[in-house]
Amino acid sequence: MKRLLTMTAFVIASLTISFSILASSGTKLDHANTNINDEKSLQNGAQLFMNYCSGCHSISFMRYNRIGKDLNLTNEYVEKNLMFSGNKIGDQVIASMSEKGAKTWFGTTPPDLSLVARSRGTDWIYTYLHSFYKDKSRPFGVNNHILTNAAMPDILWKLKKNQSTEKFDSDVRDITNFLDYVGEPLLN
Amino acid sequence: MSEQTIDLKKRRFLTQATSVVGAVGVTFVAWPFLSTWNPSARAKAAGAPVEVDISKLEEGQLVRVLWRKKPVWIFKRDKTTIKNLRTLDSILTDPNSTETSQQPEYAKNLYRSINPDIAVIVGVCTHLGCSPTYRPELGAADLGGDTWKGGFYCPCHGSKFDLAGRVYAGVPAPTNLVIPPYHFVSESLIQIGVSPAEHEVTPIFKSNKLT
Amino acid sequence: MDNNKNWIDQRFPLTKVWNEHLAEYYTPRNFNFWYFFGSLAMLVLVMQIVTGIFLTMHFKPDSASAFASVEYIMRDVNWGWLIRYLHSTGASAFFIVIYLHMYRGLLYGSYKSPRELIWILGMILYIALMAEAFMGYVLPWGQMSYWGAQVIISLFGSVPVIGPDLLVWILGDYAVGDPALNRFFSLHVIALPLILVILVFLHIVALHTVGSNNPDGVEIKKNKDKDGIPKDGIPFHPYYSVKDIVGVVVFLMIFSAVVFFAPAMNGYFLEHANFIEANPLKTPDHIAPLWYLTPFYSVLRAIPPMFSSQFPGVVGMFAALLILLALPWLDRSKVKSIRYRSAPYKYALGIFVISFVYLGYLGMQPVTPTNALLARVFTVLYFGFFILMPWFTSIGKTKEVPERVTGK
Repeated sequence: MKRLLTMTAFVIASLTISFSILASSGTKLDHANTNINDEKSLQNGAQLFMNYCSGCHSISFMRYNRIGKDLNLTNEYVEKNLMFSGNKIGDQVIASMSEKGAKTWFGTTPPDLSLVARSRGTDWIYTYLHSFYKDKSRPFGVNNHILTNAAMPDILWKLKKNQSTEKFDSDVRDITNFLDYVGEPLLN
Repeated sequence: MSEQTIDLKKRRFLTQATSVVGAVGVTFVAWPFLSTWNPSARAKAAGAPVEVDISKLEEGQLVRVLWRKKPVWIFKRDKTTIKNLRTLDSILTDPNSTETSQQPEYAKNLYRSINPDIAVIVGVCTHLGCSPTYRPELGAADLGGDTWKGGFYCPCHGSKFDLAGRVYAGVPAPTNLVIPPYHFVSESLIQIGVSPAEHEVTPIFKSNKLT
Repeated sequence: MDNNKNWIDQRFPLTKVWNEHLAEYYTPRNFNFWYFFGSLAMLVLVMQIVTGIFLTMHFKPDSASAFASVEYIMRDVNWGWLIRYLHSTGASAFFIVIYLHMYRGLLYGSYKSPRELIWILGMILYIALMAEAFMGYVLPWGQMSYWGAQVIISLFGSVPVIGPDLLVWILGDYAVGDPALNRFFSLHVIALPLILVILVFLHIVALHTVGSNNPDGVEIKKNKDKDGIPKDGIPFHPYYSVKDIVGVVVFLMIFSAVVFFAPAMNGYFLEHANFIEANPLKTPDHIAPLWYLTPFYSVLRAIPPMFSSQFPGVVGMFAALLILLALPWLDRSKVKSIRYRSAPYKYALGIFVISFVYLGYLGMQPVTPTNALLARVFTVLYFGFFILMPWFTSIGKTKEVPERVTGK
């Protein structure tokens, strides 16, 4: 029995080592370092998301009142600060831009971001929002390092310009944190 | 009754006859059930032709449309690409498109298309049905470096195709990508799913300015 | 009380069944922890059925709304997330338990005479379970569901002559779509669970006919006392029913930890790309089946196409699965348990386990020349284990098997 266990342990150890040698890494992403239990960060992230992102991107699996409940915000506060399109508090968060409008302006429909943190991961979102660079050949004059030819303009440029790098990083981290929460609201 | 002898032969005959009739019956009953799995009238009707406007298509750009629930790629090849297609014969499995089931007769040429620059290809890998990724960049390091002249790479099992949808030798996919029936309604409008009327087929060598 | 029992016993063999299968069903007294996994598999099956019934109440088997209905379960249905995670984690737990259960069979020669039919029924169960799991994974209609279905079903399209028609028949359409989702739903919630339950019943009937093997591989029925009770046997109930509860408790502790803290298991139990709705226009950059299918998927990828057909790979994949059925007849050794086996068998088993795990790992990795070469090497080793088995089980010196179980 003992020998069997040692054998098994040996096999597992050698397999793990060889797997980690074989596994190659892809593009390097920055660490988002988000903390889903940081309520302040989530509240700020929600505010920023509603201001900068929700015009084009839905998070259709999320309801306004659920966000309020999970982030400790009253319905009145949510209605006043997070909702713009005259929706009801129990509604799902749907982008105000129509699909047809999106096709005309961006050539594509902006993706729903309900689950982006689960499919791409927080590091990806954080890095993506940091990776815009000037490229005259693109329709909006910008391109993205990790999502080549992204149809999205650098929506946060104003945020980047008007404040310190540290504050900008922390804002992007808060948006990322909020999207992580949206991907799995249970975790909060 | 008890004195009566059992006629084993008769019993066996009856057992066999019942079994045979029963088996035939089961087969007939099974048929309608198995047939329900064949495409329904609705599924069959959904295969209507699709029209694509290519007036805004830039060189190198690729658009995807759904035709019969399969992705179809329409992309524009630039001059270098078209020139490069000639140089790949030695590393392809079927450079001359001899497999007749993979393209209509009017696309059985070097470019596998009606016009040399506009390619229309069913984006389904002939291996196991994934949709290969468009990798037009020359000399991509992960795809063989300098020998890579642009093409498609299947993420599922690593099959490679050139920009005419011809399969590389030594990859899992056995045949070239399928070219759907299509024709030009006008210079900038393609209809996928319908072959050109016979007099419309302009052999590419007629308008061969590009080569 | 006794009157009631008599009343039932005259109409239904309650006491008889209770005694024959529990209170007077004699099991070897030397079971170790490897013998937990049979009862655990039953537990997981029941759990999957119960959670499945409740998921079915909220899920919509329609390609337009399936993906959203899963998120509806996760967010809007009260406690829906728990039911869903129990079910999705249960699928992986099922395979962990089953793989350990099968490995136990390999360790102690539980497939050898007179238990060949138990092994075969178990193997059919395993194959049915794979089909069940595969179809279940299609239902959430994410990118992995869609493209996984596309690849697996395309395998049937490579069958010579009838392939293309077979493919259309299975799909009910010319591509993966609504009809496929609908019929997989039906098979997943009705047909296959029914088959699984029937097979489990048969598996246990066969087991109770011949009795359990044990870590010594000694037939306890050979040594009976004057009452006809095996000297090394103890009644299943209460001895092993109670012991199994310990296993259940430990299992549930680990299981709950996964359900509550890591239900996606970093992409191994719920793949990242499956959180994107199915898109027939674009295959994800990296696709792999779920971990429990990857060893066979690796075999499929390892075999190159021949005569411009993928069919040899498909045959190889199914052969890798079906060859397990022949195990009872490939093993020529006189002893059952690893404890008394010859050295060559021990090495061969070790190589087999490494090959199987490695194939599983490679099946999750993208194809690179190194990986492809490794997959081929391990495919050869995998098949080598079975093909060479009649040889390496008949050479080498086996230890002497004791007359009675050792109780170690």
